[in-house]
Amino acid sequence: MQLELSKEQSEQRVRFRSFVQEHIVPYAAQWDSDQRISPRIIEQLRQHGFLGAPIAQPAGPGMDAITYGLLTEEIARGCSSVRSLLTVHDMVALGVLRWGNRELKAEIGSGIARGELLCALALSEPEVGSDATAVTTEARPEGDEYVLQGRKKWTTFGQIADLFLVLARCEGKLAAFLVPAKTAGVHRTPMTGIVGTRASLLAEIELKQCRIPKHYLVGRVGFGFSHVVSQVLDHGRYSVAWGSVGIAQACLDACLDYTAKRKQFGVELREHQLVQRKLTEMIANSRAARLLCYRAGYLRSMDDPGAMAETLVAKYFASKNAVRAANDAVQLHGANGLSEEYPVSRFLRDAKVTEIIEGSTQIQQITIAKYPFGEI
Amino acid sequence: MDARKAKIRTFLSRFFKNHELGDEGDIFALGFVNSLLALQLVNFLQKEFEIVVDDEDLDLDNFRSINNMNAFVERKNAISAK
Repeated sequence: MQLELSKEQSEQRVRFRSFVQEHIVPYAAQWDSDQRISPRIIEQLRQHGFLGAPIAQPAGPGMDAITYGLLTEEIARGCSSVRSLLTVHDMVALGVLRWGNRELKAEIGSGIARGELLCALALSEPEVGSDATAVTTEARPEGDEYVLQGRKKWTTFGQIADLFLVLARCEGKLAAFLVPAKTAGVHRTPMTGIVGTRASLLAEIELKQCRIPKHYLVGRVGFGFSHVVSQVLDHGRYSVAWGSVGIAQACLDACLDYTAKRKQFGVELREHQLVQRKLTEMIANSRAARLLCYRAGYLRSMDDPGAMAETLVAKYFASKNAVRAANDAVQLHGANGLSEEYPVSRFLRDAKVTEIIEGSTQIQQITIAKYPFGEI
Repeated sequence: MDARKAKIRTFLSRFFKNHELGDEGDIFALGFVNSLLALQLVNFLQKEFEIVVDDEDLDLDNFRSINNMNAFVERKNAISAK
């Protein structure tokens, strides 16, 4: 058994960290305040090959699962809203390239692989969340087209996405469709005032008699949730798991710095034993979360069928840990932790999101408890 | 061919505990198949038998029973051998 990054993976991590320190960390608080990340960071992500990174390109294979995890952790350490762009774009792009037909992939494959066409997932609806198979959006075949009608909500980066992967009901079965944002009848309404990852440009998407070509069906009718959306969410959980590790690490870094500088009762905070207890919990649990992510990534890189279940466990543990770490980080910062002068209150707001998206903690508990895990 | 069916049965048996799964048993009718298992089954068939399950292969009949999966893998192998 070997638990060690390769030389290339270690070098990549240094590269990712340097990118995040230069292009993300100085601006994250402003984006959070503005409720939007800047177009410039999206372009920088494209230029560095960070959008669509896990997708094979003409120049070579996609980024391996572990390296992709390291990228996601580092990005989330700086800004969870930027991480959520990578999550939604990559998960939809991978799902479309996995289950889309040849004609569709020939049309949009290279654009989504390079991040030139931004993808978003239009799954949730005003009355449909965890029970995703209850969607009410309708799709009906008409000649060489499908006609879609319905309303989607909580679509991350829905304000700027070029393509929406929409789960709809078609002839009584679930089906997934790729809907270009420019399609007549697509209306997007920005959602503001969101508590966490609030720079991720959420939108409500209304589909009014939207006509799309027949080959924009992804997968086959009847397999829209079980195979297409499930595949998409599996990648989403892997990304969110690593993103949660990034938040926890950011909390730890902030606390190590703060408790070394701040003095109370005549000594630095870190000299107090109850502070040490919190720091120890953060260190141990963050390392445990990262190890679960490594395991999921290792299995994913081997195309192991059990990778999906291990990813569920990693996401479950890492997201809960991110909330715990961020909660402790705010506590250790005292009143300063509640101010915008320090990043930890943003980390807490962002951490809570990870326990809700791509399957809430409670949905994970139901799934994990029933799964027949073997020995590690 | 029997070896292939045995591998499929071994994989499925983890999910169908306390149920003897015959070659013709309809795994969907048994009610154990959720989206996690459905997708995991695709990933298992791909890795174990070195095939690619394409979008046009998404037909429940291809995955309904051990015999059907065996026949599906055989058809995929025959196509790739051409």
